[in-house]
Amino acid sequence: MSRLEISAPDRAQLVIEGLYKDLERRIESSPPGLCPVDMTRAFLEMCHTHTCGKCVPCRIGLWQLKNLLTDVMNGDATMDTLDLMEELAVSIMEGADCAIGYEAAHMVYKSLIGCREDYEEHVHQGRCTCHYSQPVPCVSLCPAHVDIPGYIALVGEGRYADAIRLIRKDNPFPTTCGFICEHPCEARCRRNIVDDAVNIRGLKRMAADYAGKVPPPKCGPSTGKRVAIVGGGPGGLSAAYYLQLMGHQTTVFEMLPKLGGMLRYGIPNYRLPKDRLDDDINAILETGVEVIHGKRIGEDMTIQSLREEYDAVLITIGASTDKKLGIEGEHADGVLSAVQFLRDVGKEQNPDLTGQEVAVIGGGNVSMDAVRTAKRLGAKKVSIVYRRRVADMTALPAEIEGAVAEGIEVQTLMAPSRIATDENGHVTGIYVTPQMISKIKDGRASVRPTGEPDIFIPCQTLIVAIGQDIEYQHFEEAGVPVQRGKISTQKYGGFDNIPGVFAGGDCASGPASVIKAIAAAKVVAANIDEYLGFHHVISCDVEIPEARLDDRPPCGRVNMTEREACERVCDFNGVENCMTEAEAKQEASRCLRCDHFGYGSFKGGREKLW
Amino acid sequence: MVNITIDNKQISVPEGTTIMEAAASAGIPIPKLCYLKDINEIAACRVCLVELEGMDKLITSCNNVVKEGMVLYTNSPKVRKARRRNVELILSQHDGTCSSCVRSGNCALQTLANDLNILDIPFKQRLEDFPWDKDFPLIRDPKKCIKCMRCIQVCDKIQDLHIWDVTSTGSRTTINVTNNKKITEVSCSLCGQCITHCPVGALRERDDTEKVWDAIADKKKVVVAQVAPAVRAAWGEALGLPLEEATVGKIMDSLKRLGVDYVFDTSFSADLTIMEEGTEFLERFTKGELKLRPMFTSCCPGWIRFIKSQYPHLVPQLSSAKSPQQMFGAVMKTYFAESIGVAPEDIFTVSVMPCVAKKGESNMELFYKEYAGHDTDIVLTTRELTRMIRSAHIDPKTLVDRECDPLMKEYSGAGVIFGATGGVMEAALRSAHYLVTGRNPEPDAFKIVRSPAFGTGVIEAEVKLGDATVRAAVVSGLGNTRKLIEAIEHGEVHYDFVEVMACPGGCVGGGGQPIHDGEELAHERGKNLYFLDEHSKIRFSHENPDVLKLYEDYMEKPCSHKAHMLLHTDHNAWEMPRGN
Repeated sequence: MSRLEISAPDRAQLVIEGLYKDLERRIESSPPGLCPVDMTRAFLEMCHTHTCGKCVPCRIGLWQLKNLLTDVMNGDATMDTLDLMEELAVSIMEGADCAIGYEAAHMVYKSLIGCREDYEEHVHQGRCTCHYSQPVPCVSLCPAHVDIPGYIALVGEGRYADAIRLIRKDNPFPTTCGFICEHPCEARCRRNIVDDAVNIRGLKRMAADYAGKVPPPKCGPSTGKRVAIVGGGPGGLSAAYYLQLMGHQTTVFEMLPKLGGMLRYGIPNYRLPKDRLDDDINAILETGVEVIHGKRIGEDMTIQSLREEYDAVLITIGASTDKKLGIEGEHADGVLSAVQFLRDVGKEQNPDLTGQEVAVIGGGNVSMDAVRTAKRLGAKKVSIVYRRRVADMTALPAEIEGAVAEGIEVQTLMAPSRIATDENGHVTGIYVTPQMISKIKDGRASVRPTGEPDIFIPCQTLIVAIGQDIEYQHFEEAGVPVQRGKISTQKYGGFDNIPGVFAGGDCASGPASVIKAIAAAKVVAANIDEYLGFHHVISCDVEIPEARLDDRPPCGRVNMTEREACERVCDFNGVENCMTEAEAKQEASRCLRCDHFGYGSFKGGREKLW
Repeated sequence: MVNITIDNKQISVPEGTTIMEAAASAGIPIPKLCYLKDINEIAACRVCLVELEGMDKLITSCNNVVKEGMVLYTNSPKVRKARRRNVELILSQHDGTCSSCVRSGNCALQTLANDLNILDIPFKQRLEDFPWDKDFPLIRDPKKCIKCMRCIQVCDKIQDLHIWDVTSTGSRTTINVTNNKKITEVSCSLCGQCITHCPVGALRERDDTEKVWDAIADKKKVVVAQVAPAVRAAWGEALGLPLEEATVGKIMDSLKRLGVDYVFDTSFSADLTIMEEGTEFLERFTKGELKLRPMFTSCCPGWIRFIKSQYPHLVPQLSSAKSPQQMFGAVMKTYFAESIGVAPEDIFTVSVMPCVAKKGESNMELFYKEYAGHDTDIVLTTRELTRMIRSAHIDPKTLVDRECDPLMKEYSGAGVIFGATGGVMEAALRSAHYLVTGRNPEPDAFKIVRSPAFGTGVIEAEVKLGDATVRAAVVSGLGNTRKLIEAIEHGEVHYDFVEVMACPGGCVGGGGQPIHDGEELAHERGKNLYFLDEHSKIRFSHENPDVLKLYEDYMEKPCSHKAHMLLHTDHNAWEMPRGN
């Protein structure tokens, strides 16, 4: 007789574990805009299956809550029903024995309070105000609404140049975005329901790498109108590109020696090789954009003078100043802002960090760029100093992994306290206060000091990467509305009180992403065109392949590989390898073509022109 | 050409052909429900599923095109099972009380369920209900809606009015008035295109036949009917009468047999409209009032509702002439009533129209001397007329040609073509030519404004009237109309006179006409009207002797004070909801 047994899950349990995974992926790709009452009812029903059946509030209470929710859905509820639901939810939250009960009721409670209007609409009108709003998830979630299923299909057929042409209809930076786009398009990719999101950015990179030089479309007949664009970053250049195609003559004013803004002076070469950035910029310039370098708004010219000289003015100056820590010693020698540090490197004025210890404060993408750049400049030891945990960092997980692989130290739960200097006023290190993770507030874990004494982190260079600001002073003086440090435009990108002046990109949105700046550029280009009295449309005549009619069985996602860490830290060359053609073909075939199957065929999702 | 095999039959079809079209070309009709060519190709009902060899999942044939070498089965066991299941599922959420449904016998779902021999539904039934204002001329029954989305698509793509939308989410997803509004709060033009494109009985016109029966039964009432030009081109379809037998004379006979006291043809008041509107146009044109913007025709009430809600600032550009229906109603209650010695209160005017918007238009008030009421008391659609004929168990074969009653008996071919897009313009130009030059043009001199095919957008014409050149445009369908107006407003085009009909193809394609699922018959019906015009003894409105007599005895002359009182209207006298 055996006394103990090794337990193994039975077959049914294994199947259910698999279904849990399926459900997780489905939740990940949930479209927004669904009825909160219906969702809450469904969540609750799932939660209720977890009840062990011991306690009354959970076993019966959750069931009754579900019945009440169903009454709301069926239009059988009154306002009293909502009161009863709220009371019942609270009593389960207070009276259930374990989290299975009280957290399920808490979900219902949060929904009832937070989505109150929708519940009341159901009670009063017997219907829901919500409707499905994401016909093609990737296109909806791409700020610039690039025709993603379209170009994926083109890549799948090896029509790389056509893919680039199609992307350019909405985004004149296909190569750049192929390297560094934050790809919000992938977040709710419906392929997640099957296995994993399509590697959309990787496929765009593929198109960019294999298309060769693709000339831009021919510009429309000249309108004789001239548009001044202040700032030659992705926003300004995108707007210039579309305005040129419409037939307007643009002049881009750029204070730095080369075009590209943060793409050139913020993003390191190993993430976005400058010659590849130039591929995009050269195509944009081919449309006939005039460029004037070395001019600074507020010094060499004013909004007023530009308004007088041009038919319209666009402000796309980005967010190029840095936020300050506000602690003692911040002005010491050797303390740099990440913006300044990366700009110097972008100008090829590389500081020599050989043998140094470098600390970088901050947990965002810019911080990762700074540490990995510092490593490449010969630093002996590079550390990220961050007040929360790795999981709380805002940087993309792949960037953090990349940095760690390159030997970057990550010092988490350390809040900067003061900067130490030597007798020459040069930084010698930073004192940090140890933190412990604490309560979750507004969805984010907060920190509090552990009470341990400050720790000294020695460094000869300290880089501050805690965010960027906008140089708005001149604009404020010129009467351009500024709010909370940002240029405050109307939704159309202009200002009601200053006709003919528009703004877009980081300077209007706050520091964001390249694709958001491009999206803003589309908006302002269209509205400048209207302002100038035209109604040009931007379109693309590339024919998109019909959706394939074969089955789409589960298949792993092709991830991008990177060069070996020990090799890549020695240079600034690109880190990421492109897919092979075979990989790209397979990856493209994973696309579910939501433009053809599902809601896309009904409510569209393809803007053929804008 | 692409070579494929369908149900073991090898065929070649042009590239880009859908599987459904390819199958049809091989004599294999694939069942379908939601599909409407070019309008609704969304593969929602999953009835047109077919099996593609080598693939596990079934594919829809309506929105997928053939590829070289495809081997397809439209009736394999797998297809049959899935198709049948889907229809059973649709039926589980459809109120199948067919015996009391207006579409019984003309319902795509009923036919399909019968074809598939579905006798039991193994599922629980859940019918959706939602209150609706039953006084509104357009009625939606959510219990019958199968969510095919055609109404949304027709209103979006053809009419560009966006009255319908998907509301709610998940299993409760349904169709309703956009932005969760009531139908009475939005800019519905009442064109009725959603009704004629609904595959089932979820959308219909308000049925007013009982009110007509009541009036017929009322001894005190003298029931006077008029029949619109477009009705004659379609009414026979619903009664199984071939085109050549379905004459307007037989409609008159049927009305008399139903118990109507006097019958007239709206083509008469179409002629009258030409006299009023044509005179008004020449006046405004000569005065130079149309230099910036054209004068628009005013005979289509769907169009009036559209302009009032979408372009209220253009309302002054409308002709002030009432529509032929309303003119006739006014004439019936005055001139005609006096001639037969009956008080206008005792005249009950009924019109038979190819139109749903006319039901809305008849709310318009008529004040004349001590009389206060309506020009037209009840509007029946062509479909309602055929239902009355059926309910009176009149055998259509026994109907004979009967002339209209005297006094307003005559009408011209110009009046008849009012029922087709371009007809009003052509009729107006014929008479305008006479009014300007003093001589008749060739009757077919202005046939350039006729539509060459169904779906034509705008037809433009420059016409010489004496020394003057008139720039005319004809448009039908409200989506096309919006484009035309935008072009006018942007200064891209200029016209002096524009005819607008809300329904594609004009009244022959009206929302009140007999329904043929998946077919657009407007152009074919229109040809019939042009045939009738060609064979009319009178081709010019200004030569209609009864119209001339009306002026002589009663209205004095076109656009006289009296004519203004009775035959013209103030388009601002009533409110139209604006926006969605």
